[in-house]
Amino acid sequence: MSVGLPAYLAVAAALFTIGVFGIFVNRRNIIVVLMSIELILLAVNINLVSFSMFLHDVVGQIFAMFVLTVAAAEAAVGLAILVTFFRNRGDIAVDHANMMKG
Amino acid sequence: MGLDSALTIAQPELLLAAAALGLLVVGAYSGRLAMTLVSWGAMLALGAAAVLAANGPLGQAFKGAFVSDGASVFAKVIIYAASGVAIFLGERWLVRAGNAKFEYPVLVLLAALGMGMMVSAGDLISLYIGIELQSLALYVLCAFQRDDARASEAGLKYFVLGALSSGLLLYGASLIYGFAGSTRFADIAGAVHGPASMGIVFGLVFLICGLAFKVSAAPFHMWTPDVYEGAPTPVTALLSAAPKVAAMVLFARVLAQAFPHDVPQWSQVVTAIALISVTVGALGGLVQKNLKRLLAYSSIANIGYALLGLASGSEAGLQAMLMFMVLYVIDVTGFFACLLALSRGGKPMETLPSLAGLVRLRPGLAIAITILSLSVLGLPPLSGFWAKFYVFKAAVSTPGMEPAAVYGLVMSVAAAFYYLRIIKTMWFDAPEGETDAPPLDARLVALGCAAFSFPLVIPALAVLDPLALAAAKAFGLA
Repeated sequence: MSVGLPAYLAVAAALFTIGVFGIFVNRRNIIVVLMSIELILLAVNINLVSFSMFLHDVVGQIFAMFVLTVAAAEAAVGLAILVTFFRNRGDIAVDHANMMKG
Repeated sequence: MGLDSALTIAQPELLLAAAALGLLVVGAYSGRLAMTLVSWGAMLALGAAAVLAANGPLGQAFKGAFVSDGASVFAKVIIYAASGVAIFLGERWLVRAGNAKFEYPVLVLLAALGMGMMVSAGDLISLYIGIELQSLALYVLCAFQRDDARASEAGLKYFVLGALSSGLLLYGASLIYGFAGSTRFADIAGAVHGPASMGIVFGLVFLICGLAFKVSAAPFHMWTPDVYEGAPTPVTALLSAAPKVAAMVLFARVLAQAFPHDVPQWSQVVTAIALISVTVGALGGLVQKNLKRLLAYSSIANIGYALLGLASGSEAGLQAMLMFMVLYVIDVTGFFACLLALSRGGKPMETLPSLAGLVRLRPGLAIAITILSLSVLGLPPLSGFWAKFYVFKAAVSTPGMEPAAVYGLVMSVAAAFYYLRIIKTMWFDAPEGETDAPPLDARLVALGCAAFSFPLVIPALAVLDPLALAAAKAFGLA
């Protein structure tokens, strides 16, 4: 018995939605925001790989490798910026990133 | 097509990549000279890349993933020039701020490389790589003053929202890949004729949302005022110029080359985004006291006008978009150069009241700000007027776009209020006290840009018009 494409797409869509909600609903910790971003990118990867299998086309898997690589670089840059933020402010709560408003 | 010719087509970007890596090593080993050496090296590399792009061969490289055509060449020359100006402004500024790190010019080079990739992208993968290379460098640049709490907050906000927008864009790209069966724009266009399927429409909407984030069009503009305010001013000058051109050209290329048969569908979405941006930019700017925030709202409104050109979905509309972006980039660079030139007691003058009576203290800069304000406002015959003239001309000649054009015109009148308020503060209010002597570099750029806005723009239009038309033809829309 095989699992069809719609099942994979549904999993990806669910992960993507959880990721987007994680960014907007979470008010406590910016690390959680970084984790949510990773969820979004993983959802995209599931989409790409399942389409690639379904279409018998390898480009999707190459695209997924690129996404993985860039996601690693993105996490590194994000954490570095987070460290400078923490050194200036002393905490990393989302609600406290509010020096500028208007 | 062999590897040799592919590498020739990608020459400007290869040069920038090699220069960025080389200068990083040079900077690490040249001690106190590092900042000056790397900055001028980077400016030289950008100049050389612009010359190479302008004279290089046109065509497709790497099986269509990398495209060099009229539009990409036109955009690259502007992008590399604007990035060079940002390095020129930033170098002295960082020295004065006591943060002369040679990574600044290297990061600007990497961002410029990413932007070059964006305008040459002919495939969803190279589109994504270009956007990310540009964004990652810009996130770091925003937080470059790492002991400044506002700069690190700006960097963090830009990072979180930028990463979210990349996620939306990628999800859209994955759906388009799945339902069209290819990542190459030309093949997508071949697979999607007639009304697009549900999956394609979903993917296209996500893709448009992600790109609207990158050009800071409303309703995806939340990050813009905060990032503009918190980032170091030379970085804000860069952010508001080159990346906007790159993202707009990319936006136009994806829509025109991957979805040429669905112009009515995407035109509706882009018109809506354009009109919301124009409104948010005009109304949001009314209450701002911080000049960098004010310029952020001004840039949201102006991106709205550029998108109105794109929404026309015709060759004239794309030409209008390109003309608008060139003229706007020069105006906004001049504006930020004025802000960089002004300080009082060692502190930058970034609020509207601090400009009071500037015409008595610094007449040259006050006149430059006046010209630039009137230009962005759209007063004829300054450059901003011509920018809007092209956009509205393209919009009214597209059937069904007339109401949108009229609405844009009304909103540009509303936005006039805050530009006129800057002028009134400078010319008629009493000064608060002496200002510091403005640095030569910023004053040079400020006066140069103001001189372009008026009167140099009149002869320049005769040159830019045919170039923009040739660039617009490359998108392949009728």
